[in-house]
Amino acid sequence: MSDHPVLELRDVSKVYTIKQGLFGKPKPLRALNDVSLKLARGEVLGLVGESGCGKSTLAKILLGLEQPTTGQVLVDGQALSGQDRIALSRRIQPIFQDPYSSLNPRKSIEDIVTLPLRVHGIGDHASRDRDLRRMLDIVGLPARVARSYPSQMSGGQRQRVAIARALIMKPEIVICDEPTSALDVSVQSQILNLLADLREELGLTYLFISHNLAVVEHLATRVAVMYLGRIVEEADVATLFENARHPYSTALLQSVLTPDPGMGVPDTQLGAAYPNPISPPSGCAFHPRCGRVMPHCATIAPRPVPTSDGHVECHLYDAEPAHAV
Amino acid sequence: MTAIPDAFEIVGPTPAQQLRKRMFGHQGFLIGAVILVVLVAIALLAPVLAPHDPYAQSLGDRMLRPVFMGGTWDHPLGTDHLGRDYLSRLIYGARVSLLIGAVAAVISGVIGTALGVAAGYFGGRVDTVVTFLINVRLAMPVVLVALAVVAILGGSLSVVIGVLGLLLWDRFAVVMRASTLQIRGREFVAAARAVGCSTPRILLSEIMPNIVNNLIVVVTLEMAHAILLEAALSFLGVGVQPPTPSWGLMVSEGKNMMLFEPWLVLIPGAVLFVLVLAINLMGDGLRDVTAPENRN
Repeated sequence: MSDHPVLELRDVSKVYTIKQGLFGKPKPLRALNDVSLKLARGEVLGLVGESGCGKSTLAKILLGLEQPTTGQVLVDGQALSGQDRIALSRRIQPIFQDPYSSLNPRKSIEDIVTLPLRVHGIGDHASRDRDLRRMLDIVGLPARVARSYPSQMSGGQRQRVAIARALIMKPEIVICDEPTSALDVSVQSQILNLLADLREELGLTYLFISHNLAVVEHLATRVAVMYLGRIVEEADVATLFENARHPYSTALLQSVLTPDPGMGVPDTQLGAAYPNPISPPSGCAFHPRCGRVMPHCATIAPRPVPTSDGHVECHLYDAEPAHAV
Repeated sequence: MTAIPDAFEIVGPTPAQQLRKRMFGHQGFLIGAVILVVLVAIALLAPVLAPHDPYAQSLGDRMLRPVFMGGTWDHPLGTDHLGRDYLSRLIYGARVSLLIGAVAAVISGVIGTALGVAAGYFGGRVDTVVTFLINVRLAMPVVLVALAVVAILGGSLSVVIGVLGLLLWDRFAVVMRASTLQIRGREFVAAARAVGCSTPRILLSEIMPNIVNNLIVVVTLEMAHAILLEAALSFLGVGVQPPTPSWGLMVSEGKNMMLFEPWLVLIPGAVLFVLVLAINLMGDGLRDVTAPENRN
């Protein structure tokens, strides 16, 4: 690994102000709460968590679509400011969840895939055409689709187009925001294998956001678990899937449905109540749903405890919980 | 890559071809379009087609009846109270109506689209301001404002076009705002931003192509609206001024004799009806054939 992580988040917070009703007082919603994350070159970081925990906000900040309220985003050790969106877009590209919404229905595939080149003024018409054909070949689409429109393609084909668009500028980092969750199961594995192959061929780094743990286990090298805007555990993929430390990670792993109908629906003891992010619980945000809750969990917020391959934020692993702030 | 796939390329119809096919398969659109094309052609060819000078008075030939009511072929649609040939005035009147409809709709369209797209895309304060402007505009009765403006500036063709152009943008703004809101949240807009597209580029090349079909529909509706308003204003005497041939003016001039010579009012009224019907049919048809749910 190089000394610089290719992408780093330092204490990034994002606060949205929510206004309730006409005369309601605006309330802060902390979508991200002091998130720190490092992405080493060539690794695949899986980001998992429930709906609404801040995964997509994190992706938007990394893509420059949103500015963090506080904190810094560093690419190759250099801090990015708001003006660098153009520079950022050469190095970080997204693959979105829904290929039915991520391709402009009024544009031909050719227009969609070469848009990044045209925006950045790279190459002339002939070289763009060559790049287009090369990319279509790489993602496994026949060259003739260049003239067709998204409405003439299937979901899997559309996602291949989205991948081609993301990779045509040879970015270093690809943010995959649930790239398979809108696809048929049979197509999901094709797309995942394609992503895995491309990573090896092109030396890409992925941030892979998903709520599908099986997908993460298949593709990721490291995993970060998010809960209510914080990363509560970060570990190597093998460690996490064999020996999750944080009670929330354990619960998530238990919640995976198995194909065996005899097993029934797993009981995670999480209950139904996802806390209201406008008024998060005191202390450890997870304590109302935690199976191993202790008295001081409700009052003291846990601090990150370093582990051999990451960190975990839980009083169970903190020798001196009283020091936590 | 091999050359073989290109040789056996199977190319489906492009969206433009599909659109053409649906347009020719839509009866309402076809009927409207044919009538409108004919009327535009008549307006353009007015000097060739009109049998008489529309301004030439002949007091000896006042109120001759049209052919189907026992008149002669010299004046197929009769003459008005000053002895001017009715058919010629009708033909030249098409110019006024179509000119006012088209120019007023274009002016309104530019204003309304700019406001609506800005409100929908940027949201927040811009949206609040634009919504307020729309409400202010909706609170102003068009005819009263037109009366006031004409009282100050005096009536003429350009004043009528200006007043209507500056007053009919509200529907454009409402529709464009709603359409933009719908498109703004789609992921391809986020993708374009992540690629580094500038805001004008996103608005023009990502959002506009997706809402332009709604725009075309509103253009046709507002064109019909402007034509009717011109007729109403001319009827009230604050629109196009005599002796310019205008259909609204012809109705107005004929209304004194309406009980004895009803055709004086019915003929320009019927033509006005046909024109507005044609434009509306075409607008409805355009909405049908371009609706995204009709695609494939």
